[in-house]
Amino acid sequence: MVKPIFSKGKIVAKTGNEMMAEAMRQISPDVVAAYPITPATEIVQIFSQFVADGKVPTEFVAVESEHSAMSATIAASVAGARAMTGTSSQGFALMWEMLYIAAGLRLPIVMAEVNRALSAPINIHGDQSDTMGARDAGWIQIYSEDPQEAYDNMIQSVRIAEAAKLPTMVTTDGFIISHCMAAAEVYPDEDVKEFVGTYNPDRKLLDYKRPFTLGSIEMQDYYFEHRYQLAQAQRDAKKIILDVAKDFKNKFGREYGFYEKYKMDDAEIAIVTIGSAAGTTKAVINELREKGIKAGLIKIRIFRPFPADEIAKDLANVKAVAVLDRADSCSGTFAPVYSDVVSAMYANGVTGPKAENYVYGLGGREIDMNHIKDVYMHLDEVAKGKAQASKTVEYINVRIK
Amino acid sequence: MKEQEHKPTAAELPAGGIVEAGTAAEFKTGPWRSIKPVWNKDKCIGCLTCWIYCPDAAIQIAQDPAGKKGMIVVGIDYDHCKGCGICSRECPPKISAITMEEEKK
Repeated sequence: MVKPIFSKGKIVAKTGNEMMAEAMRQISPDVVAAYPITPATEIVQIFSQFVADGKVPTEFVAVESEHSAMSATIAASVAGARAMTGTSSQGFALMWEMLYIAAGLRLPIVMAEVNRALSAPINIHGDQSDTMGARDAGWIQIYSEDPQEAYDNMIQSVRIAEAAKLPTMVTTDGFIISHCMAAAEVYPDEDVKEFVGTYNPDRKLLDYKRPFTLGSIEMQDYYFEHRYQLAQAQRDAKKIILDVAKDFKNKFGREYGFYEKYKMDDAEIAIVTIGSAAGTTKAVINELREKGIKAGLIKIRIFRPFPADEIAKDLANVKAVAVLDRADSCSGTFAPVYSDVVSAMYANGVTGPKAENYVYGLGGREIDMNHIKDVYMHLDEVAKGKAQASKTVEYINVRIK
Repeated sequence: MKEQEHKPTAAELPAGGIVEAGTAAEFKTGPWRSIKPVWNKDKCIGCLTCWIYCPDAAIQIAQDPAGKKGMIVVGIDYDHCKGCGICSRECPPKISAITMEEEKK
């Protein structure tokens, strides 16, 4: 339940999409270029209405595809504008080559992304396959559990992107968060405006007195250095993300980090997951705790850059951990979040906990409290040495045989 | 012995691959050509249509020494012309001061 924290904030009932559009209005970017796609359509639809109604002075560019949306956003950003877009699933996939270009050119574009399954088969519902596929694109990835987080993450993402010189995507789970209404706190326009500040890039193409070349060809002798810079920028972004979160807490009262820990202090078994399933997991933990089972949760907010050392440290004392992925790598082995969590643990010498991987919720498939309870009960048995930890990826709530 | 060129490191390079403007002039891209424009000085009326349409900057212009016109075409920069033929195509048909010829290899 959302409580008013900021003295001048206002509690409203809004969906994830409405909150993201609201954040965009308050951020008031110079340019938004977008193409509609379910379930992210509403974000840019509501925003374009704000533009039409004169509530925000943004130049709204209605383009003919998502590839063009990202291209126009890149062009606007290069010109010196604060530029944003929004998309989902297939649209996100169509942006693919431009995603890498936005990152390679180090443009602080902010994208509102609604996580949705990828075709085929066609499915409009929520899973994280789309953005997980772009985990190596060089974008900062911020995932949200509910409309409040989506809103808060959008506001913070502008500052993060501009300080890190990295494009940043903020996501919500399709329909579960994008279309479900929840109580959320909206801060006054002027306070958000003050928080995000103005964008003053070092170089901009509209500065015709200082022309420069962008997007030039680089062969064996230069390309590697620029890709190193990009990888290093992700590492450097960790401090920026925490600094912005600290400022955000000072200003608006809500606390954010790389991830949220729920009852992890004395946890013996833990789940690591991302997005809306965290809420269900917390409800299960509350039940289990009443029975004396020491269950905990790590809900990842920042997936890129991946907070490897921190997560490894926080998992060091559990006996068994399950990483729940709402995307499958189709790699013949484990899913993306598990792979990063386990490599983080191993690199940090955390080899004590048994670690399992579960893929759940593809295409919006239901994940309820019983499913999560089953995972915890199995972890409990593994922790007690009564059961073996699975060595392969396991699937929740799918008909296999 | 040729001195080793210092190439900037990742820490020294500007982020995002920013390069100062106008570097294309340093690269001779003319050898990409398979056909080349040949400009006929006597036919040319100095309308500058070719100069406007050239997608590179390969049409060379200068102040008219006779003082009759402002700027006139004085030649083609074969170090940068890639032989697209747009100049020849856009040259007014009655004038046809630019014709395309096979590049002799």
